[in-house]
Amino acid sequence: MDDKLIFEKSSNSRIAYDFAEYEHKYALSDKYQRKEELLFPEVSELDVVRHFTNLSKKNFGVDEGFYPLGSCTMKYNPKINEELAGLRQFNNVHPLQDEKTVQGCLEIYYNTSKLLEEITGMAKFSFAPCAGAHGELTGLMVMKKYFEERGEFNRKKVIVPVSAHGTNPASAAVCGFEIAVCNCVSDGCVDVEMLKGMLDENVAGIMLTNPSTLGIFEKDILTISKLVHKNGSLMYYDGANLNAVLGYVKTIDMGFDIMHINLHKTFSTPHGGGGPGSGPVGVREDLVKYLPNPIVEKKNDKYHFVYSKKSIGKVSTFYGNFNVVIKAYAYILSLGKEHISDVSRLAVLNANYIKESLKDEYILPIDRHCKHEVVFDGIKDHKVSTLDIAKRLLDYGYHPPTIYFPLLFHETLMIEPTENESKETLDGFINVMKKIAHEDIEVLKTAPHTTIVRRLDDVKAARFPKVKYRDLL
Amino acid sequence: MSKILEGLLYSETHEWVKVEGNIATVGVSDYAQESLGSVVYVEGFQDADVAQGEECGAIESVKAASDIMAPVSGKVIEVNNEVLDNPELINNDPYANWILKIEMSDEAELNNLLDATKYQSICK
Repeated sequence: MDDKLIFEKSSNSRIAYDFAEYEHKYALSDKYQRKEELLFPEVSELDVVRHFTNLSKKNFGVDEGFYPLGSCTMKYNPKINEELAGLRQFNNVHPLQDEKTVQGCLEIYYNTSKLLEEITGMAKFSFAPCAGAHGELTGLMVMKKYFEERGEFNRKKVIVPVSAHGTNPASAAVCGFEIAVCNCVSDGCVDVEMLKGMLDENVAGIMLTNPSTLGIFEKDILTISKLVHKNGSLMYYDGANLNAVLGYVKTIDMGFDIMHINLHKTFSTPHGGGGPGSGPVGVREDLVKYLPNPIVEKKNDKYHFVYSKKSIGKVSTFYGNFNVVIKAYAYILSLGKEHISDVSRLAVLNANYIKESLKDEYILPIDRHCKHEVVFDGIKDHKVSTLDIAKRLLDYGYHPPTIYFPLLFHETLMIEPTENESKETLDGFINVMKKIAHEDIEVLKTAPHTTIVRRLDDVKAARFPKVKYRDLL
Repeated sequence: MSKILEGLLYSETHEWVKVEGNIATVGVSDYAQESLGSVVYVEGFQDADVAQGEECGAIESVKAASDIMAPVSGKVIEVNNEVLDNPELINNDPYANWILKIEMSDEAELNNLLDATKYQSICK
C-alpha cells in the first residue's frame, strides 16, 4: 500500500469529468475569477476512489477493535441508532418548516428531555449546544445571566479543580470569568479545606466532574455543594463522566444546579471522526427561563417551540444536532429503565477488572475502587515511558489509552474500557499489557514496528509543522 | 535528580528568578523542563503588567501546555526572543536560557519565594 498524498498522484491535465462546454455559459465575470492558479490534484475518478478507499483501510475505529481511550468514552455505537437516525422521514425535514408539520421531531426533543430529566433530576434540557464544551459555555452563560438578574455583578470567579478537563477553565474564560484553581488531595478528590478558603462574594460557581478525570468518585460532594450554596454560588456539573453513575445517582441530588451531558459519550452517539457531538444543557427549575431559545413544550397533545424573554438567546443555528438526539433517544429507549444502570455497573466493573489485573506491572497511584476508568502512572520502575507503551500497543492492534492526561502524574496512562467489552476482550488486552511489561526495552523504545509509519518525530512535528501540501513543495 | 542552582529563588510553580537591582530575570527550573518533556513553544507577555502568581507567559511541550506564572509583580520589560525561536534551548539548559525579565513593583514579594534548599524539598 503506498503512502502518497493525492497531490503526489496528480498528473498534468488528468481529470474525471470535463465541463469545458459549460465553462462559458456559467462563467463568473472577470472580477470574481481567481487569478492565482488553483492547486488541485489532477486525478481520474478511479484514482480518487482508490486513494480514499485505501486511506479508509488505515483508519482505526471502535468497530475494528478495542479502543480504551480514557476520558473519551469510545463506546460502541449501536447500529440501530444509525438506522433510526437515517430514516428518510427525519432527514427530509427542514428546520424552517411550520411546527405543525414536524410534530414527530418535536416529540423526540420533548421526550428525550423528559428522559434526561428523569435520569438527572434537572427540570429541563436544551439541545442547542453542539458539543460538550459548547454545552459548558452555554451552562456558564446561564450562570452569568442568573447573577446579572440578581444584580450580583461582582461574581466573576469560577473555581475549577486541578484535575478538571481543560475545557472547563477554557469555557469559563471564554464566558468572561476569572479562573481560580483548587487543588486535589492525594486520593484525587477536591481539597475541601482549600475550597473553603477560596469561597467569597466574588465566586459565581464551581465546575466539577464526578467521578473526576481520575475516575474517582468525589466522596465529599455533598459537603462541597453545601459550602458552595451557602456562599450563594452555583454548582456546575460537567457530564463528561456521567456514564459512570448513570442510573445510580441523580445529578441534582449531588447538589448541582446546571449541567451538560455529552450525548456522544454516555449515550453512545459517535464522536471523534464520526461526530458530530451534542452537549445538551440541563438546569434546575428557576433557571429554565435562561436556557437558549427555543425549547420544546407540550400543550393539548401538541408540541410547540417556546421562546423565553429572559433566555441567553441562541447558541447555534436552529435546534442543535437533531440527528444525534435521535440516536441518544433510541439508545435510552432500547435499554429502558430496567437496564440503563447496567451501563455504569458494567463500565465500572470492567475498569476495576483491568485495574486489579495490571497493578503488579503498572504503578497504581490511587489504589482504591475506581469508577469507569483507571489511571496508572506508567510502568513499574519507569523502565520505559508511557509513550513507548502506547506505541507498542499499536503493534498488537489496540488503540492506545489516553496518555499524559490528567496532568497530576508524570507518566499517566488512562484506560477506559467502557461497558461493551467482553471478559475475553479485556483478558486479551490485559495479557498484551503484561507481555509488554516484560519485553525488551529496545523493542519498546523503537515501537511501533508493524504499522505503516514507524515512530514519528513528534517534537519535530510540533516545532516545524507542515500542514499544507504547499509547504512540502 | 533534577538540577537546582544555589543563589536563585524559586516559585512553587517551578519558575526560577535571578534578582539584579529591581529587575527579576525569570525562567523555568530543570524539574519543570524534565516534567514537561520536549518543549515546542514558549511565549512571554511583552509589556504586560503582571501580579505575583498570575500568568505572564506560556510553555508547551509535546505532552502538555502550561502557564508561566509571574514569580513577582511588575512589568514584563523584555522577552528572550532567542528562546521563543528555539524552544529546545529550555531542554538543553533551563538556567542559562531565561524567558522574560520583570521590572519589580514590590521587592518585598521576593520573601514569598523559596531558596534552593526549600525548593529542593518540593521537587519530588
